[in-house]
Amino acid sequence: MRGYRRMGVGARLSLGTAALLALVIIVGLISLSLGPVEIPVTHVAWILISPFGINVPEFGRTEQLVIEQIRLPRLVVGASVGIALGVAGATMQGLFRNPMADPGIIGVSAGGALGAVVAISTGAAALFLLALPVFAFVGAIAAAFLVYAIAAVGGRFSMATLLLAGVAINAFLGAVVSAIILFLPDNEALREVLFWLAGGLDSRSWEHAQIASPLILGSVCVLLLMSRDLNLLMLGDDEARSMGVRVGRTRVLLLATAALATGAAVAVSGTIAFVGLVIPHIMRLLLGPDNRVLIPLSALGGAVFVLVVDTVARTIIAPAEFRLGVLTAFVGAPFFIFLLIRNKRQVYSL
Amino acid sequence: MSGQNGMAASALDARSVTFSVDAKRLLDRVDLHADRGQFIGLIGPNGAGKSTLLRAISSVLKFQQGAVSLEGEDLRSLGAKRIASTLALVPQIAPYTQGFTTFELVLMGRYPHMGRLQVEGEHDDRIAGEAMRLTETEAFAERTLDTLSGGERQRVFLARALAQEPRILLLDEPTSNLDILHQLKILTLVRQLVDDGLTAVAAIHDLNLASRFCDRLVVLAEGRVLAEGLAAEVLTPETIEEAFGVRSAVHRDPSTDALMISPIAAVDDEPGARGRVGRTASAAQYGIARREESEAASAIG
Repeated sequence: MRGYRRMGVGARLSLGTAALLALVIIVGLISLSLGPVEIPVTHVAWILISPFGINVPEFGRTEQLVIEQIRLPRLVVGASVGIALGVAGATMQGLFRNPMADPGIIGVSAGGALGAVVAISTGAAALFLLALPVFAFVGAIAAAFLVYAIAAVGGRFSMATLLLAGVAINAFLGAVVSAIILFLPDNEALREVLFWLAGGLDSRSWEHAQIASPLILGSVCVLLLMSRDLNLLMLGDDEARSMGVRVGRTRVLLLATAALATGAAVAVSGTIAFVGLVIPHIMRLLLGPDNRVLIPLSALGGAVFVLVVDTVARTIIAPAEFRLGVLTAFVGAPFFIFLLIRNKRQVYSL
Repeated sequence: MSGQNGMAASALDARSVTFSVDAKRLLDRVDLHADRGQFIGLIGPNGAGKSTLLRAISSVLKFQQGAVSLEGEDLRSLGAKRIASTLALVPQIAPYTQGFTTFELVLMGRYPHMGRLQVEGEHDDRIAGEAMRLTETEAFAERTLDTLSGGERQRVFLARALAQEPRILLLDEPTSNLDILHQLKILTLVRQLVDDGLTAVAAIHDLNLASRFCDRLVVLAEGRVLAEGLAAEVLTPETIEEAFGVRSAVHRDPSTDALMISPIAAVDDEPGARGRVGRTASAAQYGIARREESEAASAIG
């Protein structure tokens, strides 16, 4: 691994993008064809390209409805969630200079969970379709803001305090969520809360895609533009500063953008564990630490991973569905343990 | 480029720079001046404020009072990238480098010269390559930094600083991890670059190397400038004793014709030191104050 000649940024980026885009398309087509209504992959392709005025052979009207109204929005939401968690994970790992950081590290996921639980337990979630995502999103961003404010208290911002404040707020919000669950009056609400907490993409609609995807894609663009600055930040504040990076400003912007992407993902999918940890790490092993490569390819890698796991989740015990958040943890947790063992020295030298 | 107005063009001018942490003055009204094409050596005991001064000049650290001007322009009025494309800092301790290769790190030196949407091109590759050739780091271009020795890393960070194409180079103990061969090579390289018009300020522990390679020396002790001038003016047994608390002999090395300092004994430890008059007593005071300072610095650090 050490002595190999690393390709240039452009070459790694274009090769990686091509390979992962191809994977996204293949996985996407297969995912769209699978389900209670079996739709041949060819039909899926025809349905997808028919709106562009291209002449395609006949396909079933039901097939079209299933794709356009059920499976495609779910796929778009799933890909967006994967992209968000992938880029946010890569960004947090860079900012914390630690491969063990994940998108929820500054309280975003816990805040989102609290928002959702409040929405469900107060009945607000039933008011309109997007009430739950909106509550979750507000909770996520508020938690991240609180954690940041704690770390910046007294005008002396510190990443170590940020990390510890994140741990504390995560624990606190988790306790609040547990307390609310304990006092939930009816079983229906309890079921709904537990269901949401496990994270999943069931019955995601175009409305969900419309609120989450633009936020996530916008965040990805910002993070891509700042990936070179993140490279320098990874070497240390003084290092970055002496090379001309405006450290404070850059860091706040990166943190806020990563939190925004994560918050948007949590809002539409609940907490999906370990994607943001595992995907950037795999990409780093394959492609090196340069964030200009790592961020875009973690986005695509995250999309592929979520699509694959979600497809498995909704087909493996059909007609029932496995929760996506549970399944990603099944894959992610053992991998995390593997990383811990592999990087033992590094982790303990913190 | 600057310096149209000939030899005496000021590259770097720090006036009365003061920096405190929690009421502890790490820099106390420090003046430092370098003309274009000068090599200034910063000497002084541990905790004297050498690194702090270099960090203040490179605007890594925001000092509270005083002013620094780079090529006649106030540091505070310059943008971060503008500063970094004028001035480069080689850190004393190479940071943890996260799996980047030598070449990737050196190429990062191009950052201040590039726009947000730009990607390094052939021009940047060439500059990075030249910096690696000068510092003899090409051999490990594709290796990650954790596989290199301390001295090799130090040279990589010098290469990166050179890739910034600075007109002013600040070096924090550039020779501290190097064997005598590479000490000579690095200082000879800096000297060459200075002769070609670069301005350099280096904190150097080795007084012999400092006197041999630098044009002028500045002695810092307890955050203050104790003496400033040519090596022969500055490196006197009196100044060395006052700054370091060490009794020494100064003579000229016949083979390099540079001043040589032989430390003889710490003033504190010498039997009968108290019996001597004047300077020894004040040096003892300095010695005590200095220990306090380094404790304060380590508590902060």
